[in-house]
Amino acid sequence: MNSREFILSRVRAALGRGAADPVPEPPPVLLRFASSPPPDRAEKFRSALEALGGKVAIVNTPGEAGAYVESALAGRRAIASQAPILEACGIDSLPSVTTEHSRQACAAADASITSAEYALAETGTLVVSAGLRDSRMVSLLPPCHIAVIERSKILENLDEFLDVCRQPAAQSSAVVLITGPSRTADIEMRLVRGVHGPGEIHVVIVNNVTAAPSYASEET
Amino acid sequence: MPRVSLFVTCIVDQVFPQVGLAMAGVLDRAGCEIEFREAQTCCGQPAFNSGYRREARTVAEYFLQVFEDADYIVVPSGSCASMIAHHYAELFDAGDTRIAGLASRVWEFSRFLVDVLHVEDVGARLERVATYHDGCHALREMRTKEAPRRLLEHVRGLRLAEMDAAEECCGFGGTFSVKFPEVSGGMARTKIDSILRSGAEIVVSTDSSCLMQIQGVLSRAGTGVRTMHLAEVLDSR
Amino acid sequence: MAEPYQHKIANALGDPKLQLAIYSATGRLADGRRRTVSTEAFPDYQELRQHAHEIKKHTLNHLDFYLQELERNVEARGGRVIWARDGQEARAFIRNLARERATNLIVKSKSMTTEEIHLNEHLAQDGIEAVETDLGEYILQLAGEKPFHIIAPALHKTREDIAHLFERRLHAAHETTPERLTAIARAALREKFLEAGIGITGANFLVADSGMVVLVENEGNARLSCSAPRIHVAVSGIEKVIPRAQDLGVFLNLLGRSATGQPLSVYTSFLSGPRREGELDGPEEFYLVLLDNGRTKVLADAEKRQSLYCIRCGACLNNCPVYRKIGGYSYPWVYSGPIGKILTPQFMGVHQDPWLPFASSLCGACAEVCPVKIEIPKILLALRAEITEAGIQKGGMVEKLAFRMWAWLMRHPRIYERVAPVAAAAASRLPRAGPLKAWLSQRDLPPLARRSFRQLWRERRK
Repeated sequence: MNSREFILSRVRAALGRGAADPVPEPPPVLLRFASSPPPDRAEKFRSALEALGGKVAIVNTPGEAGAYVESALAGRRAIASQAPILEACGIDSLPSVTTEHSRQACAAADASITSAEYALAETGTLVVSAGLRDSRMVSLLPPCHIAVIERSKILENLDEFLDVCRQPAAQSSAVVLITGPSRTADIEMRLVRGVHGPGEIHVVIVNNVTAAPSYASEET
Repeated sequence: MPRVSLFVTCIVDQVFPQVGLAMAGVLDRAGCEIEFREAQTCCGQPAFNSGYRREARTVAEYFLQVFEDADYIVVPSGSCASMIAHHYAELFDAGDTRIAGLASRVWEFSRFLVDVLHVEDVGARLERVATYHDGCHALREMRTKEAPRRLLEHVRGLRLAEMDAAEECCGFGGTFSVKFPEVSGGMARTKIDSILRSGAEIVVSTDSSCLMQIQGVLSRAGTGVRTMHLAEVLDSR
Repeated sequence: MAEPYQHKIANALGDPKLQLAIYSATGRLADGRRRTVSTEAFPDYQELRQHAHEIKKHTLNHLDFYLQELERNVEARGGRVIWARDGQEARAFIRNLARERATNLIVKSKSMTTEEIHLNEHLAQDGIEAVETDLGEYILQLAGEKPFHIIAPALHKTREDIAHLFERRLHAAHETTPERLTAIARAALREKFLEAGIGITGANFLVADSGMVVLVENEGNARLSCSAPRIHVAVSGIEKVIPRAQDLGVFLNLLGRSATGQPLSVYTSFLSGPRREGELDGPEEFYLVLLDNGRTKVLADAEKRQSLYCIRCGACLNNCPVYRKIGGYSYPWVYSGPIGKILTPQFMGVHQDPWLPFASSLCGACAEVCPVKIEIPKILLALRAEITEAGIQKGGMVEKLAFRMWAWLMRHPRIYERVAPVAAAAASRLPRAGPLKAWLSQRDLPPLARRSFRQLWRERRK
C-alpha cells in the first residue's frame, strides 16, 4: 500500500467511514460585512493603514497622484508595474522609474510602485496578485512600496473581498493581502518595521481615474 | 419560600465551618427554608480531577442519593457546584435521569442569591476595602462574575477595589498544588502581587479552596491582608 | 530523586530575567488579543469562534473526502501532493528532491510541523543547509535552540544575547538596538533567499475547493520563501484543511486577533501551485507534503479529536498561568503550553511523560481564549483518567490506594466524621512529608476547625 492509500485508509478507519460514504454539506459560509457607503471607505482605509505606520494620500486626479509619487520617491530608483492606472498617472515616465521586473532589478531598487486589485478599508489592506503586470517580488524586495489605486476599488473588509472574489486561486498563483509595513517583534517584543518586506508603505487613493480602464479580473 | 438544601463541601465542613454557618445565616434572612443533610460528604471532585473516575463516580452516586429529592442545592463553592452541575454528566450515561435536572438545581451561593432569590442587598455591613478574586470554575464554568460584585456593592461600609488580575488563577488546582508546589506557589505569589497593588485589606471569593491557597501565601509573606469568603462578608452586620 | 522535567521547571522558575521576559511577552500578546476581540472592537467574535469550531469539526469528521478534494485541486493547478506517513517519509522526499535538483541550500519560513519532524537537523546530516528565515527562528537556529513559544519563538532572548550571537556566528558588528539587529539579519538572509534552490514553508490553512495553501506572517519571509526559489515545498499536517476559500473569512478574522492582536497579520498569501503561464515570476515547481505523523491516531478518538482543530495561534500559551511560569522549554515536545499538554500525550503516547496532563490547575483560561473552542481542560481530564487507569504515574499505586480509601470513607459519613479530625491531628504531629511537606514548602496551612460544620449545626439545632 502506498502512503496515500495508507493515510486515507487510516483516516477512514479512525472516522469509521467508508470510501464512498456521502458527505453532508459543510456549515454555511459566514461572511460578515456591513457595507458602509463608499465615501467613508477611503477615510476608514486611511486611518487603519496609518495606525500601522503606512502613509495614505487621497487625491482627486491622476496628475495629483503622479505628483505625490514623485515627491514620495524623492529621486529613489523605483520599479513600476505596468498597471494602466500608473500610466494614467504618468508614473512610468518619471525619471527614476523603470518597469524592468527581473529579480536582480527588484533586489536593487529602492522602491516599487504598483496598483492593487482591491483595498480593504477596515484593516488598511492591499490585495495584490502576481500576474502579467506585477511580479511576486516587486511589492516585496524593495524597502519601500507605493500603491496607487482607484477609490472604487476599496472594499469594506476581508469578508467582502471573499464575497467579490470567491476563488482567489482562479486569479493568480499568488494573491497576497498586504496589511501595513513588514514587521517583527521577535527581539524583546519591540516592534521593528521592514524585516524582509518593505518597511515603508504609501497608498495613493485616486478619486477620479477617467483615463484608466479597470484591469482587475472580476471573478463571478 | 424556596426550600434550600445546603451542600457545604468537605473543605468548609472540616476547615472553614464558619463559612457554612454564614451562608446559612444569609439564606435564612433572605427567607429560605434551610436544611442540612448530615449524610453529605464530598462531591467527588478530588478524585475526578486526579483521574480516578471510578472513585469519583462512587462518591457522585452517593451524593445523588443523599440529595435525591432536594429542591435547590446551594453550595459555597463555584468549583464544587460545577463538578456536580457539569462534570457529573461525564461520569454517568447520557440518559441517566438523576443527571438530567441537576444543572438547574445546583447553585453557587452568590448566583443563587442574585439570580434565583433576586436579592442583592442582604443588609450586611463591613468597614473594609475589599478586592474580589474570581475563582476559575465559578467564573468560567458557573458564569459567576456579576453576582458577587453586585452583592459586595450593597455591603455598607465596604469599598470594592478591583485588582488587575482578578480573573487569573490563584494556582490552587487541587492536587496540582502539591504535585507542582513551586509552580502553584509561583502562581499564588503573582496573584498576591496583584492583590497588594489593589490596596485592599481583604480578599473575597466564592471558593474556600482558592482562599486557603491565597491566605497561605499572604500569611507566609507576612502581609496583613486576610481572606474572607463572600458568605462571611454578607453575614457581617 | 527529581526527574529531568522537574529540573527544567525549577530552572525556569529560578531565573528572574526569564520570568520577566515570559511575563511581559505573553502579557503583551494577551493584551493585544483582548483588545481586538472585545465586544466593541469585534462584536461577532463569539459567533465566529463557534462557526470555526463547527467547520473544523465537519472537516475533520470527513477528512478523507476533503484531503482528496484538496489533492485534485492542487494537481489541477500544476502542483503535486506528497503523502507522508511520518517524519522519515517527509524528510526523505525533501532530501531526494534537493539531490535531484542539485541544490544544497534551502530557505525555510516558520513551521511548527517541520520542527515536529526535526527537518533541519536531518537535512544538515545530508549536507543540505536549511536556513530559518523568520527572525526569531533564525536567532534560535544560530543559537542551536528550539522555539520557546509557538508564535514568539525567541521571546527568552535579550537583545544582548542576540548581539553576541550575531557577532559570533555572523561576524557582525556589535549592535544592540532591535532595529540594527534586524537589519543585520535582513541582509544576511536576503542573500540566502536569492541563492536558495528550494523554499520550504508550512501552511496555516489548506483549502480543499481551490487547492490553496494559505500562509499568514508579518515579516515577509514566507512570501520570499515561496516565491524566490525555483521550487516551493509546503509541509503541512493533514488536519490543516478547510472546505472552501470563503471559510477563510472566519479563520483569518480569528487567527491574527488571537495570536498577536492584529485584525489581519501583515501578509496573508493565497498560493495555488507554481507560476502560471504569463506570470512574471514564482516557483517552477510546487509540492504539498501532507503529513500524518500520528494525526490519524488522534483522529481515532472521537472525544479528543478536537485537539486537531488547533490553528496554532498561541493564545492558550499567552493566557496560561502555568506556561507563564515554566516557559516553553519545560514541555517535552515542540508544542508547549496547554495545546502542547494535550497534543504531546496523544502523539507520543501517555507513557512517555505521564506527568504532563497533571501540570495544570484546570483553570480553563486556555479554553476561554481558544479561537476554535477546543475544550482543553476536558481533554486534560480524559488524559489523566487514561494515565491513572494505566497506572503509569509516579507514585500512582499509593495515590490509587489513597483515593480508594477516600472514596469509601466519603460514602460512610459517620466514620468520616470520626476519622477526619483524628487524621488531621495525626498529620500535624507526623514528620512533614508528602503532600503536607509540598504544601508547606510554599504557604502556610490553616488549622483544622476544632469543630466541623456538621457538629456546629447540630449544636445550633439543639
